[in-house]
Amino acid sequence: MNKTRTIPTNNDGQHIWKFFFSELKPKGKWLTPFNIISIPIILLGIVLIVIRFWKGIGEITNLSQEIPWGLWIGFDVVTGVAFAGGAYVITFMVYILNMHKYHSIVRVTVLNGFLAYLFYAGALLLDLGRPWNVINPIIGNNFGVSSVLFLVAWHFLLYMIAQLIEFSPAIAEWLGARRAHKILSGMTLAAVIFGITLSMLHQSGLGALYLMAKEKIHPLWYSEFIPIMFFVSSIFAGLSMVIFEGSISHRVFSEQISDKDHKAQHGIIHGLAKICTGTLFVYFFLQLLVFIHGKHWDLINSPMGYWYLLEMIGFVFLPMVLFFYSYRTNNLFLIRLAAILTMLGVILNRLNVTIIGFRWDMAVRYVPSWMEIVVTLTVLFTEIWIFRWVINRMPVLRESPSFAEKE
Amino acid sequence: MDLHRRDFFKVMGATGITLALGKELNAAPEAKMKDEFHGVLYDSARCTGCRGCEYDCAEANNLPEPIPNKDIKGPRKPDETRRTVVNEYNTSKGKVYAKIQCMHCNQPACGSACLTQAMHKTEEGPVIWRADKCMGCRYCMVSCPFDIPKFEFHSANPKIEKCTMCFETRIQKGEIPACAENCPNEALTFGTRRELIQEARRRIYEKPDVYVDQIFGEHEAGGTCWLYISPVPFKEIGLNTSIQKASYPELTKGFLYSVPSVFVLVPALLLGIQQATTKDNSNTESSHE
Repeated sequence: MNKTRTIPTNNDGQHIWKFFFSELKPKGKWLTPFNIISIPIILLGIVLIVIRFWKGIGEITNLSQEIPWGLWIGFDVVTGVAFAGGAYVITFMVYILNMHKYHSIVRVTVLNGFLAYLFYAGALLLDLGRPWNVINPIIGNNFGVSSVLFLVAWHFLLYMIAQLIEFSPAIAEWLGARRAHKILSGMTLAAVIFGITLSMLHQSGLGALYLMAKEKIHPLWYSEFIPIMFFVSSIFAGLSMVIFEGSISHRVFSEQISDKDHKAQHGIIHGLAKICTGTLFVYFFLQLLVFIHGKHWDLINSPMGYWYLLEMIGFVFLPMVLFFYSYRTNNLFLIRLAAILTMLGVILNRLNVTIIGFRWDMAVRYVPSWMEIVVTLTVLFTEIWIFRWVINRMPVLRESPSFAEKE
Repeated sequence: MDLHRRDFFKVMGATGITLALGKELNAAPEAKMKDEFHGVLYDSARCTGCRGCEYDCAEANNLPEPIPNKDIKGPRKPDETRRTVVNEYNTSKGKVYAKIQCMHCNQPACGSACLTQAMHKTEEGPVIWRADKCMGCRYCMVSCPFDIPKFEFHSANPKIEKCTMCFETRIQKGEIPACAENCPNEALTFGTRRELIQEARRRIYEKPDVYVDQIFGEHEAGGTCWLYISPVPFKEIGLNTSIQKASYPELTKGFLYSVPSVFVLVPALLLGIQQATTKDNSNTESSHE
């Protein structure tokens, strides 16, 4: 079945490099619809990135002195990281709560999370005006410890390391490094515990970033509870992403998945739907409390008020009911639909805090330029390329090699 | 022998504590040397809108010359080419002017937002920006309630432009900020914040019919080093009166203070749950070893 995949048995240097270079080559036909769409966009995006570093951020973005953060922060970083939340939730369930049912999706979820962080935190570099100073908060004596962004930056870095450790057994299996596999597998639990703690703090930290912009964010979206909202919503955002991504992976990479895992998939999605229902309910209830305590009734009868109602009813309450109904009736299609609605709701919420509700009272509103969107798509497509590359080579969806099973 | 060693550690410990404490004690008189916060009092009843301060500021900070009066249409804001502007407002008491620049908050939002300490509140009072530390994330711009830091969006090596109260070029040499030194109408007064508040109160007390009985910046955003008094309510001269009285870093304090406790409690809790949910934990462990 896996003819092309040869594990180097003797680890002399040359062999491993030969193996590595052979793995770099594409596998299978490459004129797929996805490639045909993504390759020109990625190439265009690279050109735009060159222009951005050559002439300045303002050349390709619509950012202004009043709106210093746009699509690249609001969508790439803030929304992207919320969707990467699945990794900490699933590792919590599998390694902390010992729910073995979900074990088969751990690797793909962690890989997804790791790449999301790598690329979306990488996208941050594009947004930094002086990226050569990016190491300042990590080294030297420039610790801005009173900054939420300092916390978020450090957590991104540490969490990426934790996720890499969580994923590293798969890399070791790919390279056939048995000793390393044993050592790295032993580090998993520590990395998981560390990773969950970091996630709790920086998922909420992304919301806390906006706490100081008190007068700049529409009062329907600003409250001192933004951090808690961001944390709770990252749970169902991440799990909806897992449902969504799992549904696609099971089609695209179907031949890699064992029959056992194919059968288990139904039960996994069913279980995740239950968790989504619960967390969506908690989130909806919290939002309701904040709304009532904020005494914002007068704001509802305005365009922003209707927009708020659309988000809360159409993309929080509705998917919650849909998740509930679909797991009661065991309807896989409706679960997927609910997951997509939830994801749209999370995108809407993050954009409402970071872009749409930010400076809602300005005469000239920020709308991202087409070039910002192309760069965002470039980041997204490149991530999917790497994701596919890894899936096709490492035992992520497929069964681990026999030596790993014994441990 | 054992006792000796223990004594040795006791002495070491005591020395360590003394050294640590000693440093703190030595720092106390030095802080006193640094004086108190300095600032500028802007009296919009005295300002005639000559915009001389704009020209002085541009000259002192190597910025392009301000645009002439005839090109001005409506209130302006500072931007990446000008650190201060003077706007004209038609108010209930006729034409009144307002100068806009960095307020130099006592507890600046930008300073607490900055993850590299590039935005820095000096002990003398001015809030300055340091190029060698800044990574251009623009979180200072998101956080600043007065919208002061400006970013060069069209540069490959962008800088943040904002009023520094001429800290490096003048204050450190014992001079006063360029705008305050040259104001022909003495609308700008440089001094310690405490003196300036007293001076503002004196002016309001002596001419109660001229001034509104309020000092903008005394409590706004937790207090600022730049203070305003005005013949009309501050809203009429374009100042942001929705600014909260508490300092802005206060808004993230609760979150940041929760971090250490989360870091201690959550891993312990997670490990506990993990141990509790692992089946036959004790049995398998003992049989393995």
